[in-house]
Amino acid sequence: MNKLLVGILGGAVMALGVSAASAQTLNDVKSAGSVKCGVHTGLAGFAAPNDAGEWAGFDADFCRAVAAAVFGDGEAVTFVPTNATERFTALQSGEIDLLSRNTTWTLSRDTTLGLTFAGVNYYDGQGFMINSTALPDINSALQLSGAAVCVQSGTTTELNLADYFAANNMEYNPVVFQGFEETNAAYEAGRCDAYTTDASGLYALRLTLANPDEHVVLPEIISKEPLGPAVRQGDDQWFNVVKWSLYAMIQAEELGVTQDNLEEMLNSENPEIRRILGQEDDSTIGEGLGLENDWVVNIIREVGNYGEVFDRNIGAGSPLAIARGLNALWTDGGLQYAMPIR
Amino acid sequence: MQEHDLSYVRMEMINAQTAPERDRGVVRWLRTNLFATPIDTVLTLLAILLLAYTLPNFLRWAFVDSVWTGANREVCATVSQGGIQPDGWSGACWAFVNAKFAQFMYGRYPVFERWRVDYTAIAFVVLLVPLLIPRIPFKAINAALFFLVFPIAAYFLLVGGHFGLRYVPTSLWGGLLVTMVLSFVAIVISLPMGILLALGRRSKLPVIKMISVIIIETVRGVPLVSVLFMASVMLPLFLPAGMTFDRFLRALVGLSIFASAYMAEVVRGGLQAIPKGQYEGASSLGLGYWQSMRLIVLPQALKLVIPGIVNTFIGLFKDTSLVYIIGMFDLLGIVRQNFADASWASPQTPMSGLIFAGFVFWMFCFGMSRYSIFMERRLDTGHKK
Repeated sequence: MNKLLVGILGGAVMALGVSAASAQTLNDVKSAGSVKCGVHTGLAGFAAPNDAGEWAGFDADFCRAVAAAVFGDGEAVTFVPTNATERFTALQSGEIDLLSRNTTWTLSRDTTLGLTFAGVNYYDGQGFMINSTALPDINSALQLSGAAVCVQSGTTTELNLADYFAANNMEYNPVVFQGFEETNAAYEAGRCDAYTTDASGLYALRLTLANPDEHVVLPEIISKEPLGPAVRQGDDQWFNVVKWSLYAMIQAEELGVTQDNLEEMLNSENPEIRRILGQEDDSTIGEGLGLENDWVVNIIREVGNYGEVFDRNIGAGSPLAIARGLNALWTDGGLQYAMPIR
Repeated sequence: MQEHDLSYVRMEMINAQTAPERDRGVVRWLRTNLFATPIDTVLTLLAILLLAYTLPNFLRWAFVDSVWTGANREVCATVSQGGIQPDGWSGACWAFVNAKFAQFMYGRYPVFERWRVDYTAIAFVVLLVPLLIPRIPFKAINAALFFLVFPIAAYFLLVGGHFGLRYVPTSLWGGLLVTMVLSFVAIVISLPMGILLALGRRSKLPVIKMISVIIIETVRGVPLVSVLFMASVMLPLFLPAGMTFDRFLRALVGLSIFASAYMAEVVRGGLQAIPKGQYEGASSLGLGYWQSMRLIVLPQALKLVIPGIVNTFIGLFKDTSLVYIIGMFDLLGIVRQNFADASWASPQTPMSGLIFAGFVFWMFCFGMSRYSIFMERRLDTGHKK
């Protein structure tokens, strides 16, 4: 049903065309005084309320980074929780300026929904988790033929699952649920042999299992899920602001600029560091974007570099403890690579 | 009288004797309520067995082994789950509810502005309680304050933006605040609207009748979920760019219209139960339509359908949870949303949060239901068989 709806909505959005997209987003944001940022309604590590009721998480911090770049204030964000179907219309209709909601970058979304992805801030992929005490002999997803698999309905996960089993000539028995909690409960109760969702979701699932040590994640990753922030099509200036905010965070990690050492880095002799922090005498790094020259300084001061944000929300410094993996810097064998800021 | 010696007639009554042991006190209550027939006895024993089987475990989980305070998930997780409790431990994680309590009540309402919500709540209780107790006088002033002045004052206090109060957009509201505001407004609007629609449907004027029937049947024929969904996903596409309706307002309008349609049918049931003679009697007294409705028909009809009205109110109170569809978080929504907070995720968190939310909902619904029973008894003036 969700696919059909997305189709209808896509058609409706196309019919309305790009006319809805204002080419003045940056000015609109500046005059409104805050970035309206669409986030998940609640996804562990990416966007969820903390004890004080503030939005916390990897995606929420990206919203703050963009706000810091524009205003110098990471709290100048209006968070708008959106669900899977309304996220695209919210962006299209101008209800939000920026969609930072673990959204997979796909061809159809990029072309028919009137939005543009500004980069990839998290490389995810779909994996399987099994109970190793119940199925001690299984150590590969290719051995799952005939298994009952718990999966959430209406997601690309469900389609990837069908593709994978068909491609490998295996039978399976889908056990489909609507929500994360129901799916978790069914898996915990042993109603299915395996659980499949994005790898980041499997880490969140482990936190709620009674005996997490009994469960293992199989090594196969069966799909590519590049998640990234998206903006409306047709406003290149705002697109650039969002895109380069992400690059600046990655570049800062590469150069070793962190929240803690920012003050000393401002006096660094390294020309590259001086350049991205806007410390050169005739600095113009903000000009082309329509921002102040210290926009990178503001991002680092307010949220930190990419690695710090990752670590704090989903990495080793959080209960999820997700390994960097594909999201390590390219210099460490990962895929995170920022275009040069000069 | 003295000259007749009626010595065989007792001159005073024998003192009343206490009933036999088996017909009084606890024994009698047990005999009539629990062990009246063999089937009752079997059912009672089965129920006791069931309670004995489940209750101790539940009480142990909820009160003995539970955790009341803590900073994060570690207090609610066993060692193998990455926490501090011994392996095999299972207990309620009230620490989660404790840490999130303010959020469950106010949502993301700014901390320094929460006194405004508190004052609104105090005014609500102070005005509502005397209204509910029949003995307290000045009902007319009280009702005017509660139904006219209070909503306007509450609007300015909660939303702000005037009189030096900071503007608090409804997107920051949440928790019990949203549940209460939505259900209060929907209840206050739906009763008069429902009465008008019910009268309209029974009207002899064809146009009014048709309009009422169309409204009622259309609204009842569409699920609330789909209306909220349409309002949040489709509506923005048909409006000019940048123009958005407040989500909270969408929910408020949707819920009120829905409740009105259901209320109309409940009230119509009451109107149909009033014998024709009542209408004719009113006419023969020379009363006009509105007078006869107000003085004769409606007081009897509404009294008959109190259970139905309260049933609709209770349903409405619980339906407010559906606003999660348009990205608003009522009490249940915000509890579930907080399950996604990784620093509190543990096997015990969801159950503890849901039991808390269920308990709060139960308190309100049970309160409404008890008050309706009290009102029914009080107004029961002659129809009892």
